[in-house]
Amino acid sequence: MTVFGRIRQGLARTTKQLVSRLDEVLGAPGTAARRSRPVDLQTADALEEVLLSADVGVAATGLIVDAVRAQAGRDADLRALVKAEILSVLAGAERPVALGGPPHVVLVVGVNGTGKTTTVGKLAALARAEGRQPLICAADTFRAAAVEQLEIWARRAGVDLVRAQAGGDPAAVVFDALASAKARGRDLVIVDTAGRLHTRVNLMGELEKIRRVAARETPGAPHEVLLVLDATVGQNGLVQAREFLQAAGVTGIVLAKLDGTAKGGIAVAIAHDLGLPIRYVGVGEAIDDLVPFSPRDYVDALFEEKW
Amino acid sequence: MRSAGQVTTPGADRQREMFEALSTRLQDVFRSLRGQPRLTEESVEAALREIRLALLEADVNFRVVKAFVDRVRDRAVDQAVLRSLTPDQHVVRIVRDEMRALFGDTTGGLPPATSSPRVILLLGLQGSGKTTTAAKLGAWLGRQGRHALLVSTDVRRPAAIAQLSVVGTQAGLRVHDPEGEMDPVVRASGALVATKNLGYDTLIVDTAGRLHLDDELMAELEAIQRAVAAGDRLFVADAMTGQDAIKSAGEFNRRIGVTGVVLTKMDGDARGGAALSVVGVLGVPIAFVGSGERVQDLEPFHPDRVVSRVLGMGDVLSLIEKAEQVITTEDAARLERKIRRDEFTLEDFRDQLRAIRKMGPLEQILGMIPGMGALKELNAQRDQIDEGQLTRVEAIINSMTPTERRQHQMINGSRRKRIARGSGTSVEEVNRLLKQFVEMRKMLKVVGGMAGSGRGKKGKGKGRRQALHNLRSMMNQ
Ligand SMILES: Nc1nc2c(ncn2[C@@H]2O[C@H](COP(=O)(O)OP(=O)(O)O)[C@@H](O)[C@H]2O)c(=O)[nH]1
Ligand SMILES: Nc1nc2c(ncn2[C@@H]2O[C@H](COP(=O)(O)OP(=O)(O)O)[C@@H](O)[C@H]2O)c(=O)[nH]1
Ligand SMILES: [Mg+2]
Ligand SMILES: [Mg+2]
Repeated sequence: MTVFGRIRQGLARTTKQLVSRLDEVLGAPGTAARRSRPVDLQTADALEEVLLSADVGVAATGLIVDAVRAQAGRDADLRALVKAEILSVLAGAERPVALGGPPHVVLVVGVNGTGKTTTVGKLAALARAEGRQPLICAADTFRAAAVEQLEIWARRAGVDLVRAQAGGDPAAVVFDALASAKARGRDLVIVDTAGRLHTRVNLMGELEKIRRVAARETPGAPHEVLLVLDATVGQNGLVQAREFLQAAGVTGIVLAKLDGTAKGGIAVAIAHDLGLPIRYVGVGEAIDDLVPFSPRDYVDALFEEKW
Repeated sequence: MRSAGQVTTPGADRQREMFEALSTRLQDVFRSLRGQPRLTEESVEAALREIRLALLEADVNFRVVKAFVDRVRDRAVDQAVLRSLTPDQHVVRIVRDEMRALFGDTTGGLPPATSSPRVILLLGLQGSGKTTTAAKLGAWLGRQGRHALLVSTDVRRPAAIAQLSVVGTQAGLRVHDPEGEMDPVVRASGALVATKNLGYDTLIVDTAGRLHLDDELMAELEAIQRAVAAGDRLFVADAMTGQDAIKSAGEFNRRIGVTGVVLTKMDGDARGGAALSVVGVLGVPIAFVGSGERVQDLEPFHPDRVVSRVLGMGDVLSLIEKAEQVITTEDAARLERKIRRDEFTLEDFRDQLRAIRKMGPLEQILGMIPGMGALKELNAQRDQIDEGQLTRVEAIINSMTPTERRQHQMINGSRRKRIARGSGTSVEEVNRLLKQFVEMRKMLKVVGGMAGSGRGKKGKGKGRRQALHNLRSMMNQ
């Protein structure tokens, strides 16, 4: 049989999730049965497998598994230990949202197609529900129909939108939006930007320019820079976070599309390596499908199979 | 429109670790074992660990990695390898061959049409690049002398229909858009009728992104497929995607039957290992690769390119193709000799620079180079290499005397000052260039070794040809 034969068969046979090997080794969660055993190689492997398959990555997985092995005694509940370890990584990255403004300026950035525009719409709705008065700024002047898409979201959220002509200068729109927010007495400006691969130097430079212009118009702006990651993203997510952190001063992560089976585990590596907190998770395409990040729920979900 | 030709990324040093070529890693493993009379199974295990790491870091699915490593182990723990003078190359070759075997002889593009009109259905997760690909594919078909009509069935994502109209129009294509019609199946079947009536030979159906576990939307996709009976069902996958890809692709395949994969966003620095796993698991070819946001940024897939990229060996074949357009075989043979004899000079380096500049947008070329390429590091301190930068490098070399160019070791402090003055650059820049040149020579030496010459033992047949192939491409950086 070829390398892939077995895997192919496995996938064809079942629409159900392949049983997690961790459960195989440890017994299903909650069953006390096979808990009391030291961390043998097989168990460590199974742990590793859970984390790797969630895209946590080799390096961060190694750190977590090692930490757990170091702590685990004979009667340890391994699942709990791993969860605690990941929680402490996530907690280590937590930090309060910077205050500033008015208007408080939130810049939303990321590579192509991750869910930025949708997140901007959802954020606006969330802010309104909290009694704030947001204004949306359409600084994606590049992608076809990006402004139209955002206009629909603005309407859904019941907020105003400041837009430029297609092909216009994104920094100029941001300037207009901030001026307009002040004139209209809005306390929050959420800026949608065009998707850009972090390898494109000139496009990353555009973000720096947006930052400069925003800071000139409103001291301290942008107060928050959210990097939207697609939950399906693999190891490249860490590279993205690094580059956007450097070029755009990212302050937090939004993990979009977490309603699929992907776990977005690279965010754990990002929290560990770069100290960036996860702020929100996207869980669908509807306007209320954005929830503040809960480390505990997230860690539970890491070990949960959705199929 | 965004301009091409701007390169790549800040922090090349940091990224280097991540993009460390598998071959380099394996050399390290085996180098640490040098001096031992024979290699052992343990050292092969050490190499296999590196392979495993490299594949996981490239997002190859962990189940695939496991199966793959087992298979390589079977072949590598073999007397021939253990006795080999160059076990690292031996193992790399096994890995590469096994990966190639995965793809068989597939070449990219589309198979001959099975129906008239030809119907192509694009499907996949949200944001993977379906709509953009629809327009790109229409344009590509146009270049093949076909006439494609486009239709969007995405009534979910705000302004998705408008988006296809815009990109379709940009590509000079006709987009079927019955205003107000919000039933995806009706939109699709209407478009099929229009395709026939208007005399088009191809229909490209764009669909809404959907999660594979969304039963309702997967059923909708099945209904669309029943209505148009697409012979080509292309799963559009993002190159940056991770471990989950084989699950989603597997489910799309189970419900619709995927006939090929389009791998998008390959213009970034993701390795694309997940897509490779998908292809392996589904047993379908990668048809196209998307390499940018513009309409023309779509190419038929070449297996070797992705294999090399996943392994971190650089996109050797693409480079060769491009390089061959500007470098004659005699030039190449001459350089090959020089590299083997460790006689590569600054003059040769300048020739290579000139050749590279003739090869087109640097952004694309540098991305293909192993470990991001020695060249890119020329400018690690700055954010980008642009044409101006290359001009400066060339100016520096031009300001050297012919002897200096041939014997870079003689360029001491006072010569450096003179050269900087003569070229209107700074001593730091001259220093940097020389340092990079020395590193590049080292790298070339390693590759030169890979050709098998000067070591007494010659590889034979295909392996040797491949090694020379690699060599040539490295040289042409
Ligand atoms: N299932 C799901 N889809 C999402 C989520 N967020 C965004 N999307 C979808 O992902 C696609 C790309 O989103 P968009 O906001 O346009 O991404 P952008 O290119 O980064 O602005 C669209 O089809 C969205 O509906 C999410 O949390 N869950
Ligand atoms: N850099 C790059 N961006 C791409 C590529 N293909 C698509 N995109 C971008 O990815 C985003 C999502 O693409 P879209 O076609 O809307 O995805 P869909 O939701 O699957 O229809 C857009 O910003 C596109 O411009 C590609 O090959 N390279
Ligand atoms: Mg957008
Ligand atoms: Mg679309």
